[in-house]
Amino acid sequence: MNIAAGTNENLAEISNYLVYSAMAVYTLAFLAHVAEWAFGSRSKVARTAAALSPGKARDEQTATAGTSSGKASPAKSSSAGEGSGAASSGGTSVLERPRPEVVVRSSAGRRGELPDGPGAAAGDEQGDLYGRIAVSLTTLAFLLHVAGVLARSLSVQRAPWGNMYEFSTAFSMVAVGAYLGFLVAKKNVRWIGLPLVTTVLLDLGLAVTVLYTDSEQLVPALHSYWLWIHVSLAITCGALFYLGFVSTALYLFRDRYETKLLAGGTPGGFATSVLERLPSSTSLDRFAYRINAAVFPFWTFTIVAGAIWAGDAWGRYWGWDPKEVWSFITWVAYACYLHARATAGWKGRKAAYLALLAFACFLFNYYGVNIFFNGKHSYAGVG
Amino acid sequence: MRTTDTGTGGGVDGDAAVPGGGDGAAKGGSEEARLAREAESQLSSLSTAPGEEKLNVPSIGVVGWARWFWRQLTSMRVALILLFLLSLAAIPGSVIPQSNVDSVKVEEFQKKHDVLAPVYEKLQLFDVYTSVWFSAIYILLFVSLAGCIVPRTWQFVGQLRSRPPRAPRRLERMPAYTTWRTEAGPEEVLGGARKLLGGRRFRVERESDAVASEKGYLREAGNLVFHVALIVLLLAFAAGQLWKSDGGKLIIEGDGFSNTLTQYDDFKSGSLFDPDDLDSFGFTLKDFRATYEESGPQKGTARDYRAGVSYWQGPGGKEKQGSIRVNHPLEVGDSKVFLNGNGYAPVVSVKDGKGRTAYRGPVAFLPQDPNLTSSGVVKVTDYKNAQGRKDQLGFQGFFVPTFGGSGSGSMFSRSPSLKYPVLFLTAYHGDLGMEFGAGQSVYQLDTKRMKQFKKSDGSPLAKKMLPGETMKLPDGGAELKFEGVRQWAQFQVVHQVGAGWALGGALAAIGGLAGSLFIQRRRVWVRAVAGPDGRTVVEMAGLGRSESARLPEELGDLAYALQAEAPPVRDRDAGDATDSAHSANGTNSANGSNGTEDDGRDQGKDQGRDQGRDQGKDEDSAEASPRGERT
Ligand code: HEM
Repeated sequence: MNIAAGTNENLAEISNYLVYSAMAVYTLAFLAHVAEWAFGSRSKVARTAAALSPGKARDEQTATAGTSSGKASPAKSSSAGEGSGAASSGGTSVLERPRPEVVVRSSAGRRGELPDGPGAAAGDEQGDLYGRIAVSLTTLAFLLHVAGVLARSLSVQRAPWGNMYEFSTAFSMVAVGAYLGFLVAKKNVRWIGLPLVTTVLLDLGLAVTVLYTDSEQLVPALHSYWLWIHVSLAITCGALFYLGFVSTALYLFRDRYETKLLAGGTPGGFATSVLERLPSSTSLDRFAYRINAAVFPFWTFTIVAGAIWAGDAWGRYWGWDPKEVWSFITWVAYACYLHARATAGWKGRKAAYLALLAFACFLFNYYGVNIFFNGKHSYAGVG
Repeated sequence: MRTTDTGTGGGVDGDAAVPGGGDGAAKGGSEEARLAREAESQLSSLSTAPGEEKLNVPSIGVVGWARWFWRQLTSMRVALILLFLLSLAAIPGSVIPQSNVDSVKVEEFQKKHDVLAPVYEKLQLFDVYTSVWFSAIYILLFVSLAGCIVPRTWQFVGQLRSRPPRAPRRLERMPAYTTWRTEAGPEEVLGGARKLLGGRRFRVERESDAVASEKGYLREAGNLVFHVALIVLLLAFAAGQLWKSDGGKLIIEGDGFSNTLTQYDDFKSGSLFDPDDLDSFGFTLKDFRATYEESGPQKGTARDYRAGVSYWQGPGGKEKQGSIRVNHPLEVGDSKVFLNGNGYAPVVSVKDGKGRTAYRGPVAFLPQDPNLTSSGVVKVTDYKNAQGRKDQLGFQGFFVPTFGGSGSGSMFSRSPSLKYPVLFLTAYHGDLGMEFGAGQSVYQLDTKRMKQFKKSDGSPLAKKMLPGETMKLPDGGAELKFEGVRQWAQFQVVHQVGAGWALGGALAAIGGLAGSLFIQRRRVWVRAVAGPDGRTVVEMAGLGRSESARLPEELGDLAYALQAEAPPVRDRDAGDATDSAHSANGTNSANGSNGTEDDGRDQGKDQGRDQGRDQGKDEDSAEASPRGERT
């Protein structure tokens, strides 16, 4: 760490331009996503309703992939229903040994057999085109965003997360990066696109206005390689928890929608149009759980790393400073959530509320504590 | 672990044969319930989680109550509630000032709120994390945890010793299932399956017509490690609180410190601390250097602090050189010495009217702002006034390292670095009040019994001095000379017990957690039975603790690998794997076209071994048809 090195004002300025450009491109991506949803609403697929009503299920058997119908029968669905159709008609004389079919039976009852929605474009060609444009624009914006953060880092020759402006830009950068990573890994996550880009815009907007701090060197307490470990992990965990949060929130809406359908009700037109295109509540719930569970050990390590650092910097590894208290509360809240799911059998909505609460604690720890409390962590430079 | 069989065995078929079940829905209901139970018993046997106890209030006896209380405490529900309470209970501590974090703020708060403060005091809200109620929650939680770990550990050891659970009779009811026919004989298939599963580190158990296997025991192990590590962490933390000591000492360049109680400016310790626990060491502050930002909008902010020290350890230990910086404490024995703050100490000398030096030395001034505008007092106890009578002097004022210039009109420093040092003092004489009230602050002057020196025009005597300048007192030839400036540094000496254990516990917890969250415990069964057509019917099923896409995938992989040795028969008559897989769907049996294949399969497999089975199958079809009509 080169203490004497001043800040390179040029690079800092370039960083700002890059962040602004990223915001402009994110805005375009946002519009493209909106167009995707708008065009997608033209196609009237109601897969969920179809899957739930026995009469229609017969007509749409191909679409619902071997879903069994009827109330009393156990829920069974073939994981490769569509593939199997192809295999039996396409003949068995393929050279490659075909993979065996595995029949999957969900223990989630009828919920477990609901198909995922078709995505925002809902099969509409134009909608899909806009969706693809949105993803491309998001990728471009992400690259600008990364360049902006890098330039900022170079301008001060240190880790680019010394104050709240830098936390916020890094935070949304990681969230978008994770989303694009999931897309590259061919995970079904395009539905996150619109909510994610929206919040990224909000986050960056807040960062460049309220939270903006000039690019500067750090106070001595922050001169430590733990800054790299502790803070970058905290930011990454937060960004991933955020994706889990979006999924949980959408799960709650989608779950209510499905419950209504199961009870024989007719949800409103807007709700149907939007929620019908999202993945099923089971998929959303599972996605959220996986993320939260996977991030939890890393969040634990973040806190431990913070404690080690505090031990070196302040002479005690744990001192109930507000930031420490809220990290602890967040940790316990996520532990509660995992515990509830793993053992107490609190699946579904109850566990989802816990997950929302846990993320709220995280957010409060991130913004609230820096702004409202005066602890040892308050050097984060709120504008 | 043998619940498996009772779950799928006779009792189940009895259910299906409940007489008078003419109504399809009712029968379907019992069928569903049966499946639910079956899955449940399998799942619960996969978990080491203790079962949820019902709220059965015991009828009599203290023992009964105690047992009831213990069951409640170690139940999952209560553990969850306690965990939740713990996070709630932590909140007030972040909102209300805490005396162990910032006692000054607590005093301010108490002055401002005379109604609220006593109430808070009673509720221990100024000491949340050591309060009775906060401790109660976490102690209960950890008792609960211990009560949970011990039985689970035995259970887990038992599981490690026992064999993987037997294959359920009806494999197609498991969450993931696949089947095919092959020319290979059952023995050959099962032998292959055994080798395959063993090769993938499943624990394998051969049965008469099947192979049972299980994998992922590290999940439980990880989970246990995690929970045990939490206890270690807590104990280490508690030990740290009880035995720790923590003292502060301000040292001026050139001065030294040795680690005994009397040397500290302030000292805090845990309730079990013993002064003999203090490590034997000492050090001298040789020099202190601070680097500040010289330009830009953050001009004047600190960039680096470094205290050069020479220290010794143990009686008669050799002097060693070292440096202490922020984030880089000096470690001596079990103690760590931290650099906490710094400032300036003007060196002054005071002469009385007879030219005798009454006082000489550096006096630490305390910083008031980030630019180190500092305030302080000089107390001279051993002074004789112009008449040769005993008197005491007190000087009070400011020191600035970088003076704004005489035109600036303010005594605020422009920068924390020493560029244009100025000392500004006024002087008093009289009684310093040192003999009253021990522990009078060296940084404050009690002027109650003192008189300020006046100039000839009657205004208070005050003087701005550069180094080398003097302030003459209207008391014979008495004067104060500002000789120079030294730096001081504030050190904190911490003796922390159990930090290593806490760290080890935390890391073990993370490792255990990763194991418990990322590893799935799952079972795979393979059954191979000779069919009447001479071919072998192979069935494979998988069951995981939680529903996951990975299990069907893994089963698919295993089946694919096994098919290398037991290739599926592909001719039309026998029906390929796809069809038979589909026939597991209740729907298909209703449309009749697959009926013959189904029958063939069932006969082939059952061979009278499982009479209830066909019955069950019939029930399925019977249910399916009326439904078909309804739609
Ligand atoms: C200090 C408080 C506790 C914390 C922070 C905590 C945390 C956790 C976490 C994060 C998990 C999730 C790991 C997983 O999904 O496998 C878990 C699982 C579990 N915990 Fe705790 N726990 C605590 C206390 C307890 C207590 C008091 C009990 C017993 C009553 C208990 C029993 C279990 C069991 C049985 C599991 C899951 C086992 C499985 O999934 O098979 N825990 N705990």
